[in-house]
Amino acid sequence: MSDPKIEGLELKPGFKGMASDTASDQTMFKGVHWGKAMMWIFLLSDTFVFSCFLIAYMKGRGSTPVEWPNPSEVFALDAFGVPVPLLLIAIMTFVLITSSGTMALAVKYGYEKNRKMCGWLVLATAMGGLTFVGMQAFEWSKLIHEGVRPWENPFGAAQFGSFFFMITGFHGTHVSIGVIFLFIYSYKVFAGHYDTGKRGWFTTMKGDYVEIEILGLYWHFVDLVWVFIFAFFYLW
Amino acid sequence: MSEEYENNKSSYQAQSSETISGDGASSAPDMDYVRPAEIGEQDLYHGHSFITKWIFCQDAKVIGVQYFLTAVFTGIVGLILSWLMRLQLGFPELAGFMTAEHYYQFVTMHGMIMVVYFLTALFLGGFGNYLIPLMVGARDMVFPYVNMISFWMFFIAVAVLMASFFVPGGPTGSGWTLYPPQAILEGTPGSGAGILLMLISLSLFVIGFTMGGLNYLITVLQARTRGMTLMRMPLTVWGIFTATVLAMLAFPALLVSSIMMTLDKVLGTSFFMPTILKAGEVLEYGGGSPILFQHLFWFFGHPEVYIVALPAFGIVSDLISVHSRKNIFGYRMMVWAIVGIGALSFFVWAHHMYVSGMNPWFGFFFATTTLIIAVPTAMKVYNWILTLWRGNIRMNTVMLWCLGFIVTFVNGGITGIFLGNVTVDVPLSDTYFVIAHFHMVMGIAPLMVIMGAVYHWFPLVAGRMLDEKLGKWHFWITFLGAYSIYFPMHYLGFIGVPRRYFEMYDSPYMTSAVGMNEFISLAAFIVGAAQFILIYNIIKTLKVGKPAGKNPWKANSLEWHTSTVPPEHGNFGDRLPVVHRWAYDYSVPGANDDFIPQTTPPSEVINTEVEKT
Repeated sequence: MSDPKIEGLELKPGFKGMASDTASDQTMFKGVHWGKAMMWIFLLSDTFVFSCFLIAYMKGRGSTPVEWPNPSEVFALDAFGVPVPLLLIAIMTFVLITSSGTMALAVKYGYEKNRKMCGWLVLATAMGGLTFVGMQAFEWSKLIHEGVRPWENPFGAAQFGSFFFMITGFHGTHVSIGVIFLFIYSYKVFAGHYDTGKRGWFTTMKGDYVEIEILGLYWHFVDLVWVFIFAFFYLW
Repeated sequence: MSEEYENNKSSYQAQSSETISGDGASSAPDMDYVRPAEIGEQDLYHGHSFITKWIFCQDAKVIGVQYFLTAVFTGIVGLILSWLMRLQLGFPELAGFMTAEHYYQFVTMHGMIMVVYFLTALFLGGFGNYLIPLMVGARDMVFPYVNMISFWMFFIAVAVLMASFFVPGGPTGSGWTLYPPQAILEGTPGSGAGILLMLISLSLFVIGFTMGGLNYLITVLQARTRGMTLMRMPLTVWGIFTATVLAMLAFPALLVSSIMMTLDKVLGTSFFMPTILKAGEVLEYGGGSPILFQHLFWFFGHPEVYIVALPAFGIVSDLISVHSRKNIFGYRMMVWAIVGIGALSFFVWAHHMYVSGMNPWFGFFFATTTLIIAVPTAMKVYNWILTLWRGNIRMNTVMLWCLGFIVTFVNGGITGIFLGNVTVDVPLSDTYFVIAHFHMVMGIAPLMVIMGAVYHWFPLVAGRMLDEKLGKWHFWITFLGAYSIYFPMHYLGFIGVPRRYFEMYDSPYMTSAVGMNEFISLAAFIVGAAQFILIYNIIKTLKVGKPAGKNPWKANSLEWHTSTVPPEHGNFGDRLPVVHRWAYDYSVPGANDDFIPQTTPPSEVINTEVEKT
């Protein structure tokens, strides 16, 4: 991103520069697009949402009198007749993290105004997200088939089912919303809306490749949250 | 970087805008210098039809008024509910139509409406939308479309909330804190559709507010005009800004607890539901933690108090400064106090839970943090008084409301110190003392600021001055009436009258409290009715009020220096204003007027001694 160089705006070294920059006029974060700043603050707020969910999960797991089920058994998948713990989850996590990589490349090509590469990479990210959601649907249906419900659970504490479906569902909703936007954005990239500055359908704001980066921020966040959910549900 | 700095050192120093000197002769030639624009002109969508101009409007000012009117509507519903409650408490023989269930429902809805849908929406949605872009010198909020959606989400949330009055079983009657397990169990009024609609409405409110809040934050952080540094912003903006930060971090807890309770209700999960024995039968629920809900709720609930209070602090600082023609005392201290109170408010939530059965050490910790909050708060009160000290005070309606606020806030704050201590709180909790405390500190006090702000900014919004005489009647009835309501409640609390009780039956309280309850109820009817003086005043003013003209209060901040009154879409005409000073240069020695607007460059007021901000 090439910012126009503005006289008198160069950073002074050290804390002094940081302080004068922070408290200066017009903008606090120099050269940061409004939408990008908005996404960061939204993600901060969303972090609190997921933190509340995970803290509630820890408290719920701690206070239930019934034994918590063993995740390596519940989440095992039969491969060639042998139950392999965490197999599906490992693949899901791999797919999601890979999609973060393609997203980062899409941002790079976007700023280079490489319309084709950017579009294909956004589309690849969308496909990765879709695969993830699909595998999650498979995992849910497997658990439901085995009798796990939000209100009961044959393997142990009923809260296991409640928290699992609620938190992975809430995360899955985030991924699905991301996938929808990725498809829309890949269309917009291929159609050249960001090259011509075509105005948005609803917002009437001019299109710009920075939107790819903003969506990228969201996508990386969703992946990061997954890492925590993975650790708390599958490894604990 | 450092090498570059060494090379350009002299140019940095020459460009400093802080080279103001009292001595005209020695002032630098570039004393009016303000850094060039970093952000391009905002691309605004101008509505053409009635619908895009007044209904689905993207102008923050119209959205602010929409928020304001919707919030006032819900506030009037809340007011009527409080009348019904007082009718039952003071004159139960007249309230034969009311059952205990009705009473609980009215208590619940009154609390939730007033805290969330009235005060929060009014301060952040109403004043925030109207004032932030004007005060920081922006053309509009940074995402006008999202801002518009934010209002309509709020509108739907209010509609869903109001719908709960008309569903079978009525609205929820579990108290505004919605504590499980009773909130969703049969036997509590409105445990069917009522509680469900409440939870849905709260979730919608949080989603809508998040969209608005992002706008307020980014507009303050990234869209100020040239010369508007953070430490030149009016305290109103600081208050609303910090409150919005709190809201963005606290509302997630409300959203999560709403979602979890909705699942408990609809799907039969047991997040908050312990094993329950009902009429000898074990319910399906089991293994959940009701205290978890209380923690989540109050992690939202306590910052919520400051979400309401901080904008009030900021607004009242500005009003006091303008109407006593004096700069605010200790501006930086005021800013840091706002920020400090905001940060501390996240570490005090469990002082609402001293009797919940949590670990006693928690109480010790939270009592300490709670009492620490008294420090920055007291600083603010001293600064308001020192601002008034030797000021050229104008005893108009706005100033009366401000003085009323200071007194009321100190009152409520002192009872807060009682309740913050565990040992004092335990006998007082769930009595009328608590009611008196929080109505004083977060009901009446912010309401006084709202009234003051309405009298102050109405000339800007409508271009006409509100009637002073009616305003003074409005103030004195409200002020004296509010004290007649809440002072006796402190006493009721001390003799142990429990709150939320439909009636006292033949307990010993009944005899000693009857007369007092009747008195409080009468005062409540009068105070409630007095609020309609304001509505009459507004309607009358819109028709025959005195035109305000430009800057009727002789204020410094940017909202009074727009191209037209009331400001049009885009606020400032062709060119955005350039800011050269803070908003508090009142009664500056050596100046021609007793105020120097923020847009006045130093070279025009060369013989003055001004604060270097």
